Amino acid sequence: MKKKLATVWLDGCSGCHMSFLDMDERLIDLAEHFDLVYSPIVDQKIFPPDVDISLVEGSVSTDADEHKIKLIRERTATLVSLGDCAVTGNVPAMRNAFTVDSILERAFGDRPVTHPEIFQGLPKLLPRVRPIHEVVKVDVFVPGCPPSADTIYTLLRELLSGGSVDVARLTRFGA
Amino acid sequence: MARTIIIDPVTRLEGHAKITLQTNDRGEVESARFHVTQLRGFEKFCEGRPFYEMPTLMSRICGICPVSHLITSAKACDAILAVRIPPTAAKLRRILNLAQIIQSHALSFFYLSSPDLLLGMEADPAERNLFGVVRANPELGRGGVRLRQFGQQVIELLGEKRIHPGWVIPGGVSEALSAEKRDRILAMIPEALAITQNTLAWFKIRFESFREEVRTFANFPSLFMGLVTGNDRPGYYDGKIRFTDSTGRIVADNLDPANYPEFMGEEVEQATYVKSPYYKPMGYPNGMYRVGPLARLNLSKRCGTPLADQEWTEFRSLERGAVLSSFHYHYARLIEILHGIERIHALLDDPEILDTHVRASASLNNLEGIGASEAPRGTLIHHYRVNEQGLITWANLIIATGHNNLAMNRGILQVARHYVHGDKLTDGMLNRVEAVIRAFDPCLSCSTHAAGQMAIHVRLVNTAGELMDEVRRS
Ligand code: SF4
Repeated sequence: MKKKLATVWLDGCSGCHMSFLDMDERLIDLAEHFDLVYSPIVDQKIFPPDVDISLVEGSVSTDADEHKIKLIRERTATLVSLGDCAVTGNVPAMRNAFTVDSILERAFGDRPVTHPEIFQGLPKLLPRVRPIHEVVKVDVFVPGCPPSADTIYTLLRELLSGGSVDVARLTRFGA
Repeated sequence: MARTIIIDPVTRLEGHAKITLQTNDRGEVESARFHVTQLRGFEKFCEGRPFYEMPTLMSRICGICPVSHLITSAKACDAILAVRIPPTAAKLRRILNLAQIIQSHALSFFYLSSPDLLLGMEADPAERNLFGVVRANPELGRGGVRLRQFGQQVIELLGEKRIHPGWVIPGGVSEALSAEKRDRILAMIPEALAITQNTLAWFKIRFESFREEVRTFANFPSLFMGLVTGNDRPGYYDGKIRFTDSTGRIVADNLDPANYPEFMGEEVEQATYVKSPYYKPMGYPNGMYRVGPLARLNLSKRCGTPLADQEWTEFRSLERGAVLSSFHYHYARLIEILHGIERIHALLDDPEILDTHVRASASLNNLEGIGASEAPRGTLIHHYRVNEQGLITWANLIIATGHNNLAMNRGILQVARHYVHGDKLTDGMLNRVEAVIRAFDPCLSCSTHAAGQMAIHVRLVNTAGELMDEVRRS
C-alpha cells in the first residue's frame, strides 16, 4: 500500500518546499511509494484524514496557522518539523521583538489599528510566532535553512519504509 | 440567490491566498477579489541589524526567488558602500540571476501550470499535478524537472547552495568562478536548450486549444513596466525603467529605479495583506500596469540572443500592439528561459568570466542605498537607510508580484464573469479562476512581506461596494 504524504506550508519562505522539489527526478521515482494527498503543488483544498507523514514548513504565526496545525496533528501519524522555521521559529520569529501593531503600522500606517475592519476575514497575526512543537507534538525534527534535498530524500526513504531516522547525521541548524 | 463563493486556499500557487466571488440573484458574478492572507514584517525586524547582513537575511523572504532578493539587496548595499563592483563580479551575478529566472519559470510552467495546459482545465483534480503530467506525458514532465534542475545546479555551482546561497555580497561576489565549474555548466547547456525548444514547439500548438482562455484570461489594455537596457532589450540584472501602453507606445522611459516614489503610488485595499501599486501620473486605478515576462517582452524590441529573438518576433506578431492576454505569460516565460540559457552560454564563453578580481572593498560611504533588478516575476526594488554605524534604520521593499495585483484582480473578475454561473458551479470553472492567477505566477511568499512608505490610499468598501471611508497619505 502506498503511504499518504502531505506537505504543509505555514509561515515560511517556501525554501523548504523548494528543497523538497530539489530532489528532482528522485522525487518522481520516490512517488511510487506515496500519494501526495495534500501540498501546495496538488489540487486538494481540505486536509484529508489518515495521513501517514506530514512534512511541515514554517512556524505558527497566525490564528489560521494554529487552527491548521492542530487539525493536521489530529490527522497525521508522523508529523515532521521541516526546516529551522518549523523547528525554532527562525526568521519569522524575528518579529517577536516587536508588537503586532508596530508591524502593521510599519506596513500600512495607522489605519489597521484605528480601523481593524480593513483586514476583516484575514488570519490574525498572533502576538508571538512559535515553533510547531510549542503548539502540537512533533515526531521528527529536521533543522536546516533549508534542509538539503539529500537530507529530505534520506528522511523520506526511511520514513516510507517504516524505519527510524538519525537526523543529526544528516543536517543541523543553519545548514 | 445571491451568494459568496470562496476558493481557499488557491492551490498550485506559490503562497497563501484565497479568492472570493460575489454573485447576484441571477447567479452572475458581480465582484471578485484576490486576498493575500499572510504578513511577516521584514521591513520592521531588519531594523537595527548591520546592513551587510541584508542580502542573506532578505533572501529568506522567499525560497523560490532567493537569488533575486540576494542580488537586489547586494546592489542596495553596493550603493551604501558607494563602490563600482568589478566587471567580472557583475557578469557572475548576471549568470546567477538568469539561472534563477530559468528555475523559477520552470517551476511555474511545469510544476504549477502544465497540469492545466496538458490535461485540461476540466481534468480530474486528483491528476492535475506534476505526477499526473509525468504519467500522461513523461517527456514533458521529466523535461520540466530537468530544466528546473539546470537552473538550480547553476546556482549551486556558483553559490555552493541551491536555496539561500550566500555568495553574492556587498561589493561583488565572495569567490571567483573556476574553469572546472564553468565547463560543468557549459556541458549542461545542450540538454537544457533542447528541452526548452521542444516545449516551445509543443506549447505553440497546444495553446490553440485554449482560445477561449486566451480571450478571457486577464485580457485587457494596461500599461507594462520593466527594466530595459542597451538596444532596447529587457535588462534583467540592471537597466532603466520603461512604461509602455497597450499599443506598444512608450509612455515613460529612462526612469531611474532610485526615483521610484516619483512614479509609483500604492493603494491599500480591504481584506488583503498585499498592496496595489499603480503608475502615479495616471492615478488609481487607471495607472494599472503589468510586470514580469509578458511585460518584458512587450517593452523591448528584442531579447538579444539569436534563438530567443526569433521566438520574440513570432510572439509579438500574435497581436498588433502589445500582447494583452495574460494567458501568454506562459509563452513569454518559455521564451525567457530560452534567452536565459543562451545568455548564460555567451557570458561563460567570455574569458574574462574567470578573472579572480570579483570583489571591491569599501566601508560605509552613504547612509542610503537603492538596488533594483528584474526578478522572475518583475521589477524588484530594495531601499535601505542606515545610521553612522551601518545599522539599518529603515527599509522598504517593492516586490515584483505586488505590481500585478490590480491586473490580477481585474483578471479574475473577467474569467469569473465568463465561466462561473452561480447556480451550477463546477470544479472546471473554479479551476479557471485559479488558473488566471497561476498565469501571472504571483509569488506570495514575497509579496506578503512587502511594505511601502509611498503614497498610500486606503479605501474601506462595504459588501455593497460602497465607499465607507478613505484616507490618503503622501
Ligand atoms: S527554514 Fe529557511 S528555507 Fe525553510 S522556510 Fe524557513 S527561512 Fe525558508
